[in-house]
Amino acid sequence: MAKTLYDKIWDAHIAHEADDGTCLLYIDRHMVHEVTSPQAFEGLRNSGRKVRAPEKVLAVADHNVPTSPMIGGVAAIKNNESRIQVQALEKNVKEFGIEYFDTNDIRRGVVHIIGPEQGFTLPGMTIVCGDSHTATHGAFGALAHGIGTSEVEHVLATQTLIQSKSKNMRVTINGSLPNGVTAKDITMAIIGKTGTAGGTGYVLEYAGQAIRELSMEGRMTVCNMAIEGGARAGLIAPDETTFAYLKGKPRAPKGEMWDQAVENWKTLFTDDDAKFDLEIEMDATELIPNATWGTSPQDVLPIDGTVPFPTDFEDEGRQQATQRALDYMGLEAGMKLTDIKIDRVFVGSCTNGRIEDLRAAAAILKGRKVADTVDAMVVPGSGLVKMLAEEEGLDIIFKDAGFDWREPGCSMCLAMNDDQLKPGERCASTSNRNFEGRQGFKGRTHLVSPAMAAAAAIKGHLTDVRDI
Amino acid sequence: MDKFETVEGVAAPMPLINIDTDMIIPKQFLKTIKRSGLGVHAFAEMRYHEDGTENPDFILNQAGYRNTKIIVAGDNFGCGSSREHAPWAIGDLGIKVIISTSFADIFYGNCFKNGILPIKLPQDKIDLLMDDARRGANATMTVDLVNQEIKGPDGGVIKFEIDAFKKHCLLEGLDDIGLTMEKEKSIDNFEQKMAEATPWI
Repeated sequence: MAKTLYDKIWDAHIAHEADDGTCLLYIDRHMVHEVTSPQAFEGLRNSGRKVRAPEKVLAVADHNVPTSPMIGGVAAIKNNESRIQVQALEKNVKEFGIEYFDTNDIRRGVVHIIGPEQGFTLPGMTIVCGDSHTATHGAFGALAHGIGTSEVEHVLATQTLIQSKSKNMRVTINGSLPNGVTAKDITMAIIGKTGTAGGTGYVLEYAGQAIRELSMEGRMTVCNMAIEGGARAGLIAPDETTFAYLKGKPRAPKGEMWDQAVENWKTLFTDDDAKFDLEIEMDATELIPNATWGTSPQDVLPIDGTVPFPTDFEDEGRQQATQRALDYMGLEAGMKLTDIKIDRVFVGSCTNGRIEDLRAAAAILKGRKVADTVDAMVVPGSGLVKMLAEEEGLDIIFKDAGFDWREPGCSMCLAMNDDQLKPGERCASTSNRNFEGRQGFKGRTHLVSPAMAAAAAIKGHLTDVRDI
Repeated sequence: MDKFETVEGVAAPMPLINIDTDMIIPKQFLKTIKRSGLGVHAFAEMRYHEDGTENPDFILNQAGYRNTKIIVAGDNFGCGSSREHAPWAIGDLGIKVIISTSFADIFYGNCFKNGILPIKLPQDKIDLLMDDARRGANATMTVDLVNQEIKGPDGGVIKFEIDAFKKHCLLEGLDDIGLTMEKEKSIDNFEQKMAEATPWI
């Protein structure tokens, strides 16, 4: 029977199927960070259980870590609770024998950036992490999704998850992207079309020419935001671009094993006559750079658009949510997006903290200055991204333009460390969520691509990057 | 985990759509290394003013709704992050049942691990229950998981669907990990098979 890519990976990972159809899905890789794991390790300890396969687990502290240089190490983290949480992780990985990239390791960084960088993420795998943006790893044709802390404990103890199968959804992006339009614009445009619950219950495969033409960095950006559209996992079939990215990565297979792996990976695609429960097509050539105006990722519009009126929506719930978003964001319905002035710019996160993202922002910033009214920061996604960017001289471009060049971490994507918006501050951000309070209490977030963030930094207001 | 028992009482109406996990438990409260004690921070940014005093507009701050065990919510409740702190906070507040047209997948799964029953119903049923919830003490409802039904204040009964395995675990208060470990042999066999088929993993 014809299968989708999701069907193939799912079928290959069923360790046990009960009579009622409940499955034990085998998990190949598990990534662990400091925020969603302490209670899981505590649970193991309380019940006297071990980690079943510590070699399949990789841990890093990313959510809480400062983005100032970590002089003095973890002990010098000023915030008590943050420090305790990172120290708890360090204690747990030692006790349970799990590999950990510490806060001075060049390989440290945002969990979803370091997995692919290390070749820890490979096609055809099942990958989980106590973080919803685990969807990122789907860019490699791996079935990857976020889990709660109880499930973190379950995977640590059993290397499996109790799962029932999701439905199949495919979004096909036909044609090639026009200049100035990026992976971020694709993934936000899809959410604008389907809504934040449009993918609920589905695993979403991205296909079509525009997706095939994306780099691995771009594909990761697309899959990263699958969860913002409600889909627990995003998937892109692996191809030569994927293999070229992975070849030579520290944890990728080598020699004959590499050839054997690639042969296997070439079978990871959706069969021609496979059935999807939901199919959506979009035309890449019609896309232009976009930005969010409200407090949900579905509140996205092309940059030449205007802030909507609540009455633009038929649904009563959406009308109320729109009014609430307008009030929270301090915006007038009907105003142009490009008239929205900003105070802060954040370039970074698991969505857009990779080298290509930094290059895209730097290309716009080169020889230009951040507006006087704007405070801008760039947070590389990992130590390796930072190092490469510095080798390429991107740090100089950012600093000359007036950006603050920081150490890696999740930073102001979720503002668990000191990088936060003040109440009322408005930020053009390359992150993934514009929820109320996401970047700081009463902070206001506009999600954009790295190039659009750079353009906004220069102009002091949301801007069409193609006009720079 | 405690066994899930029939819940009876007032339901709190929260008609806002897309109530996300940052609204349910803002990130400043994710720094705990415990599961307990988060109830006081649940819905913090809607529930309290900046000075820490209660916002009387928030439903759970209003007389009659303070001790509610049931929430009737707008569409796509629990969207956003995977943080289990969301059901921990809601559970710590004493909430046992959340009823909505839809839930985000991860949040939905997390509820069952914490003795909370999320119920999905069509919009017309939610509209009825939302009206009942707005009537407060005049309209208590009963959520009966064994029979998969909600009895409304006016004698109406609404049936709901739920996965049989999840229902069983909730009613018995079962530990998932213990259940899975009984299938250890299957996991061992699977690992051996995969070691041959995909040795690079």
